[in-house]
Amino acid sequence: MKITLAPQEILQTLDMIRQENLDIRTITLGISLLDCRGDDIATVERKVYDKVTHKAANLVQTGERLAARYGIPIVNKRVSVTPVALIGSGFNRDGMVRLAKALDRAAAAVGVNFLGGFSALVQKGFSRGDEALIEAIPEALAETLYVCSSVNVGSTKAGINMDAVLKMGEAVLESARRTAAQDGLAAAKLVVFCNAPEDNPFMAGAFHGVGEPESVINVGVSGPGVVASVVKENPAADFGELASLIKRMAFKITRVGELIGRAASEELGAPFGIVDLSLAPTPSIGDSVAEILENMGLERCGAHGTTAALALLNDAVKKGGAMASSHVGGLSGAFIPVSEDAGMVKAVEAGALSLSKLEAMTCVCSVGLDMIAIPGDVTAETIAAIIADEAAIGMINKKTTAVRVIPAIGKQAGDRVEFGGLLGGAPVISVNPFAADRFIRRGGRIPAPITSLSN
Amino acid sequence: MDGQTGKSQRAIISVFGRDRIGIIAWVSGRLQEYSINILDINQTILQGFFTMIMIVDLSPASIEVAELAKVLEQEGQESGLQVNVQHEDIFNFMHRI
Repeated sequence: MKITLAPQEILQTLDMIRQENLDIRTITLGISLLDCRGDDIATVERKVYDKVTHKAANLVQTGERLAARYGIPIVNKRVSVTPVALIGSGFNRDGMVRLAKALDRAAAAVGVNFLGGFSALVQKGFSRGDEALIEAIPEALAETLYVCSSVNVGSTKAGINMDAVLKMGEAVLESARRTAAQDGLAAAKLVVFCNAPEDNPFMAGAFHGVGEPESVINVGVSGPGVVASVVKENPAADFGELASLIKRMAFKITRVGELIGRAASEELGAPFGIVDLSLAPTPSIGDSVAEILENMGLERCGAHGTTAALALLNDAVKKGGAMASSHVGGLSGAFIPVSEDAGMVKAVEAGALSLSKLEAMTCVCSVGLDMIAIPGDVTAETIAAIIADEAAIGMINKKTTAVRVIPAIGKQAGDRVEFGGLLGGAPVISVNPFAADRFIRRGGRIPAPITSLSN
Repeated sequence: MDGQTGKSQRAIISVFGRDRIGIIAWVSGRLQEYSINILDINQTILQGFFTMIMIVDLSPASIEVAELAKVLEQEGQESGLQVNVQHEDIFNFMHRI
């Protein structure tokens, strides 16, 4: 029997976990609800509840057991389901709200901290189920604890459904208004996508796509702190070396995700889908993507040079991670949620980071404008215009983009909002005061770009 | 490393803390109780700080890795030691392809 591990290797792993906050961010069990459809709302509610509680019965326990076996925190255990617009097609708005509540009860019963999939895919237009679901979003999110919602309004292949963009501007605002006492918490559980992936394990945008199997395990890794440390320890490295150092770390981080994914898949009897190679920050000190960028040599995240630094980081993470896993998917890239990243919050407070700069950053990293508090007197049209800009970036660049902004009702730029837990808190960022109403209200669809004609 | 999980029953025990008499005796005594075989020990003292890494085999054992981790981590904490017990695969996956 050969003992092949060197003590330095063991100590490095321990340091990554204990000092640098390396963790598995989420094990997400995707569950197909396609066989729960029916004509009678009470029957569908029962079927949905039964299926989720049956399939996910051991999810939380298994996550805890794996965390103990491998000595690495598994922060979140979550469930994603088939877009509810498909399951509830045929029901009206009230039926959709009832389904959200049934899913919420199921999430509570199995002990997961979020359940994603109160979703609709409307990049090219609305079915009746899609319309009912979108109408139901504000009430569903305000009256449930665990349910997360996402709507895909555009894609490179289909263009951007601008009617959906406007509806989502209204839905975001109404969700925030209904939860004004909690700083608009419902809007923090709502994300608007372009090019949404169907196997994303991260919330609020997780849903179980129709091309997915009956059930599937997807894993999201974390580890900004590990990357921040290696960048800090090498202040003189040139860009080639820096990229190489980040790639090596990304490889190691992703291997842990691969291990946990395989183990969870074996124990839960669900196939292993993908590892999402994302660098996902948390509000903890030392677990920040902004800190990585600052360690690269920026005085503050948001300074000129930030987009270039983020591009290097995002690409190196993907290159290192892609080698470490048999199946990579989901969002895969660096996340830049403001309220969930202590370094981003500081950068906003210092006046270094604006909404415009964040938008530029989303061109070169995973996802988009995420967890950003905006003034509560913003109009639905302005939110829709923010969504349209992000969707355009995603559509043209063939990447996923998303918007998760939280209108802080009764608050102005510079005030603070607090969501607590992993969602964190943040200062309210100002939006451009000039209106886009006439543009947004034109209606119809922005045609798919020429690059969509790839056949 | 073929990438299969759960086949091996080996775990890595790491202990950190202020050096004092009897740390190894405590750990190995506990391991004997649970019929766990020690395969390798690496131990150093750096400026009075005790660092030990032990590779053990749990296949003849009466306890699982997660359970052993709970026992040793808690007892270690009571005497000012930080103890980690982890299945070896987390290290193999990270450092070996």
